[in-house]
Amino acid sequence: MNLRVLWSALRLVLVSVVVLGLGYNLLMVGIGEAVFPGQANGSLVHYHGRVIGSKLIGQEFTSARFFEGRPSATSPTPYNAESSAASNYGPTNPALLQEIRANLARVLKQNPGIKASQVPPDLVESSASGLDPDISPRAAYLQAPRVARANHLPVGTVRALVASHVVGRFAGLYGAPHVNVLELNLALLKLDASQP
Amino acid sequence: MGFFWTIVVLVVVLGFAWRFLGSYMAAVFDGRVHFLGWLERPVYWALGTGPDHEQTWKRYAVSMIVYSGVAIGVAYLIMRIQGHLPLDPQHLGGVPQALSFNTAVSFVTNTNWQNYGGETTMSYFSQIGALTVQQFASCAVGVAVAIALVRGFARRNSPTIGNFWVDVTRFTIYVLVPVSFVAGIILVSQGAVQTLAGPATIHDALNGVTQTIARGPAAFMGSIMQFGTNGGGFFNVDLAHPLENPTGLTNLLYIVLTLSIPVALTYTFGKMVGSIRQGTALLAAMTIIFGVWVGFTSYAEHQPNPAVAAAGVANTHVGNTEGKEVRFGDTSSALFNVSMTQTSDGAVDSAGDSYNPMGGFGLLTGMMLGEVTPGGTGSGLYTILVYAIVAVFIGGLMIGRTPEYLGKKIQAKEVKLAGLAALVMPLTVLVLTGIAVSVHAGQAGPLNKGPHRFTEILYAFTSQGNNNGSAFAGLNSNTDFYNIVGAIDMLLGRFGIMIPVLALGGSLAAKQVVPPSAGTFRTDNGMFVGLTIGVILIIGGLTFFPAASLGPIVEQLSHGKFF
Repeated sequence: MNLRVLWSALRLVLVSVVVLGLGYNLLMVGIGEAVFPGQANGSLVHYHGRVIGSKLIGQEFTSARFFEGRPSATSPTPYNAESSAASNYGPTNPALLQEIRANLARVLKQNPGIKASQVPPDLVESSASGLDPDISPRAAYLQAPRVARANHLPVGTVRALVASHVVGRFAGLYGAPHVNVLELNLALLKLDASQP
Repeated sequence: MGFFWTIVVLVVVLGFAWRFLGSYMAAVFDGRVHFLGWLERPVYWALGTGPDHEQTWKRYAVSMIVYSGVAIGVAYLIMRIQGHLPLDPQHLGGVPQALSFNTAVSFVTNTNWQNYGGETTMSYFSQIGALTVQQFASCAVGVAVAIALVRGFARRNSPTIGNFWVDVTRFTIYVLVPVSFVAGIILVSQGAVQTLAGPATIHDALNGVTQTIARGPAAFMGSIMQFGTNGGGFFNVDLAHPLENPTGLTNLLYIVLTLSIPVALTYTFGKMVGSIRQGTALLAAMTIIFGVWVGFTSYAEHQPNPAVAAAGVANTHVGNTEGKEVRFGDTSSALFNVSMTQTSDGAVDSAGDSYNPMGGFGLLTGMMLGEVTPGGTGSGLYTILVYAIVAVFIGGLMIGRTPEYLGKKIQAKEVKLAGLAALVMPLTVLVLTGIAVSVHAGQAGPLNKGPHRFTEILYAFTSQGNNNGSAFAGLNSNTDFYNIVGAIDMLLGRFGIMIPVLALGGSLAAKQVVPPSAGTFRTDNGMFVGLTIGVILIIGGLTFFPAASLGPIVEQLSHGKFF
């Protein structure tokens, strides 16, 4: 009797692997490809005919003329999208304190005239995925004067650009307001290109 | 304000799930749903069984264990030989022995503890053929066992409690397949990635950087892993990854999917035993504890991280942001992680290790209560029924009558089995944590120092012993010690409870029903809800309070001290 149970079990497991695992997944890949090809392939963003990133995956922006994203804990380099990671520093770990101090010093140096008390935490604390594509609206506004200077644009223009890129809560209810850094920087480039 | 409306939406949607999914599941298990019979019948034919082949509890248990054992073997084999299988665009090569063993056990026991980073370890074939499959199967097994126990209450003078193969097949075909399909489509439309193409490489992006983006069939896995309270995602950071959880809407959808089956099963239970009120009483006990924990943890995470305050960033109106994603925010992230630790899901959309001490305490204790609020798919219902039997027993002692539950006399045998089922988990978790902190291989794991170091180890064994899978991810647990001891923890936490539960079902099914009298202790009123909550809190509190005090409580009380 137990041998029969074993065969039943093996058959059910193998049928599941083929039907639920492979078959069902391939069906979903096919539907995704047919109905939502952009999203199913990672929401890649094109600029001048080439792929310059994914809307959903943050990138490292170090130049003063671009808005900067959040600190990233991936290794060996920040925003390594092959290997997502958080810092996993506990709240009482001195390494976390040290890192936040270093991030804060960098933000203050890059954005003269800003006081520590004005810095939103998302600019000094790293994200859960290490790939957060967004920053808070406050973090974007804080960088507006620096970005405007570096691009020789009026601050008001840059602030208006930030305002038009704030994504609210979903249906006004769910999630938190945020600004997509890649899209904001892309809009900035297009603005630059349209200037005389 | 956003958080308030989130809760309102959640309550309304889950209310519908409770009423309609609940009665639908009762119909599925009673064999009154047939619209996919063309899928159902070939499976019975292949297995040589059918709805008429009723099983005793022993045969039911043997089928369940053999099925799970074979599933562990097949999943293990696929991971070991993935280098020779198709769908491996990154050429990752076979997964090591100890890690394959831990992972196979983890996915078959509905735990989804992950000692690996998905995008750097598992080929697409392993992700879908070894892991996603078990996210269907382990969920169906859990629900089947719960239904077998419910039949124990519903039947009288019956030697049998249903057929394992039929229960698993019906639940998979009529519940899991349709819902995961719809949810999968919504997830893809929002931006969750679902492709077999390998990683995308971007050269010379705006700022001149080169970036390679791991992709894969993640959306569908996200759908079934949450609906089946599995929680093991495609990527290393689980549902914090923007390509698996891209928006605020998907974050909410994941919470709804996770809570739906455990909540709805209380209705199914009420329907099958002939009194919806009996199910509502259990749901009330679940909801009260869940609500308190959501409030407590969300409040804790809405406070700034102590390190941020110490560094002079004085934005006190923004909560703990370390290890959280901007698009979710602090309170919604806390709601997500609480929902996943009060079920057996264990997915994370934010790094639990970086939660404030009391936030982490909220997550840890959610699991320590045995995951009954509302618990995992099936495991939530059968575990709270165990607690309810203990509550009935205590109530009976107080009034000096032989206790009854739903007309069944609760005698020495039932109380022993319920006691066994309630104590297996705390015993396993505490003994294994004790071993880990005593041996060098265990002490080598944690990333952090001080009390947080202990919390990381305690959290790991609590999570695996409860088949949760949530992690304080700083712990380096991909070692032979943690892989093997962790697997033992998961096996005992799963089958050490399921076997006494099935025995309980068999024992109850054989009993006659006692008609209610004036002296019957009622189990559908506020008094019983209170008593059940008391039993859950006392068992969890008494067994785990000393351990929890050494971890997050000490950390909280050492204000401003860094370790």
